[in-house]
Amino acid sequence: MNIVVCLKQVPGTTKVKIDPQTNTLIREGIENIVNPFDTYALEEGGRIKERCGGKVTAVSMGPPQAEEMLREAISTSADEAILLSDSTFAGSDTWATAYTLAKAIDKLEQCDLIICGRQTIDGDTGQVGPELAEILSLPFVAYVSKVEEIGNEYIRVRRMIEEGYEVIEMSLPAVITVVKEINVPRLPSLRGLARAKSATIPVWTAEELGVNKSMVGLSGSATRVVKIFFPQRVCRSEILQGDLESQVDTLVDKLREAKII
Amino acid sequence: MGIWIDHDKCVGCGNCVPACPFGLLELIEEKIQIKEGCTFCSACQEVCDYDAILIEGVPQTTEVSDSHHGVWVFAEQRGGKLKSVGYELLSKGRQLADTLETELCAICFGHDITEVEQLIAYGADKVYLMDNPALANNQDDLYTKGLVELIQKYKPEIVVAGATSLGRSFIPRVAAILKTGLTADCTELEIDPETRLLLQTRPTFGGNIMATIICQTKRPQMSTVRPRVFKKNAPDKRRKGQIIKVDFDKEGITSRTKLLSFIEDITEAVKLEDANIIVSGGRGLGKAENFGLIEELAKVMRAALGSSRPPVDDGWISYPHQVGQTGKTVCPKLYIACGISGAVQHLAGMQTSDIIVAINDDPHAPIFEVATYGIVGDLFQVVPMMIEKLKG
Repeated sequence: MNIVVCLKQVPGTTKVKIDPQTNTLIREGIENIVNPFDTYALEEGGRIKERCGGKVTAVSMGPPQAEEMLREAISTSADEAILLSDSTFAGSDTWATAYTLAKAIDKLEQCDLIICGRQTIDGDTGQVGPELAEILSLPFVAYVSKVEEIGNEYIRVRRMIEEGYEVIEMSLPAVITVVKEINVPRLPSLRGLARAKSATIPVWTAEELGVNKSMVGLSGSATRVVKIFFPQRVCRSEILQGDLESQVDTLVDKLREAKII
Repeated sequence: MGIWIDHDKCVGCGNCVPACPFGLLELIEEKIQIKEGCTFCSACQEVCDYDAILIEGVPQTTEVSDSHHGVWVFAEQRGGKLKSVGYELLSKGRQLADTLETELCAICFGHDITEVEQLIAYGADKVYLMDNPALANNQDDLYTKGLVELIQKYKPEIVVAGATSLGRSFIPRVAAILKTGLTADCTELEIDPETRLLLQTRPTFGGNIMATIICQTKRPQMSTVRPRVFKKNAPDKRRKGQIIKVDFDKEGITSRTKLLSFIEDITEAVKLEDANIIVSGGRGLGKAENFGLIEELAKVMRAALGSSRPPVDDGWISYPHQVGQTGKTVCPKLYIACGISGAVQHLAGMQTSDIIVAINDDPHAPIFEVATYGIVGDLFQVVPMMIEKLKG
């Protein structure tokens, strides 16, 4: 079974703070991390490989420094990794990103299952997975919380929806996006770390992918950001005073006044 | 396309440094350097007095043929019952259609759907209804094909759908087939009076930044919006509209996915996504058994039960209850955070709630910064008092 896992390097947001003086994001000291949802995708790829045999290829589109993240992927579950990097890819929206990833997957010999995370934590769109499936004309299930069964020709999964879970079967090759519930990603092994250190990570450029340059990056993007601003947060916090009993009384009164309860 | 600094013109004044919303500009030895990650928003260019910042290759405005008309709302149903998000979107869609002086249409797929006329009461001029047993369940493949065909036939200029698990699964596929732009999870939709373009505003970077996005050259302009973001208008039963039945052509379409069974989540009476009130517990609860206290408060308030990440990671409560960046994003009328410190990842999932109540014994917990009302105290004392008072 040939499994492709799509990964994105994102800023670790734990420390993202706004500088009150300049009103900008403070980037210093923020390390880049693997998008958390993609770590579940990678782990699931590894687990399916352990069950069915085959290999896991990690693919990422990003700037040159995304290579370190791909090395990390090799230290856990990926057998090989490919970085799609080219200055023309900058400014890609979700469609252009999905198109670029699809071109890379086409170039890989055979691919039975493509796993993505549910969404990234920087863009938060969750659109690349389904758009990728459509560009590749493959069946697709989002929000997978469990792979129940997988054979050479089919996969049976649980999809998390608002009301519960759906059990869905589809033929392979196919695309799934996964949620956090699906697994707990493993830590790298010593052997994995050694492998990651010596691994060669090929970089595929626009030319090598044979992409139409008008379809990638900013020129390939139908959507464009025209304005960026900081949400107005009205600081309206009121810390209630008095002993606990009277604080609770005040709170309940305020909620009743607001006609919420 | 790219961005450059003309170092001959740049005087190193540093005015552009604070202008970059992403903090990508740096003044090193009196020269501006640009880090990776530029979105070409041109905020720096606007503040530069020396024309030293060059942005090239940004696509120019090309005229879009004006053959596309009308605002469409995809009205989702489950089990034949229309979801509230459809009514919310119609209320917003009405404003957009009125501004554009065009029609508002609701699109509805399913089987034996009740109260379809409600879509008209909430603002639709037309309802395109595809009723077929094959569409009873949310079949992504069939819905994708059905919506693409309708859009190609009737050519709307705007299509809006709920950012539900269904909408977020199949709407991107529709956009991919039509090769048009799609903006996820918009929190504001407006029409630019000059260009008639849809201005789609959404939070990004975990809610730390808002971005306004346009789709200039492709039609339709497509957006998804989370449930409860827009308010429902009062339905007007006297409104007149048309319900147009569209045949679902099964020929040549087979769903490649097969729904084998559905496992209903019966652990909660109220779903997080639909809840007016959410009561959430965090690490401050100490152990799994103590979640019972939060559950009791939720029950008294007829609220849904939420959680921050640590209790889910420790197995005190299941993942579908997790609110935050790696869980669900909610915006109820009232969110009560009990023993939750308020890490940014949690705040990203709940900070748009109308009223936030924080109960925590640490007065410095960041949750108090977003709270409307804060009680600094032991939740094991406060919560039972609340239950007592609400029962009485």
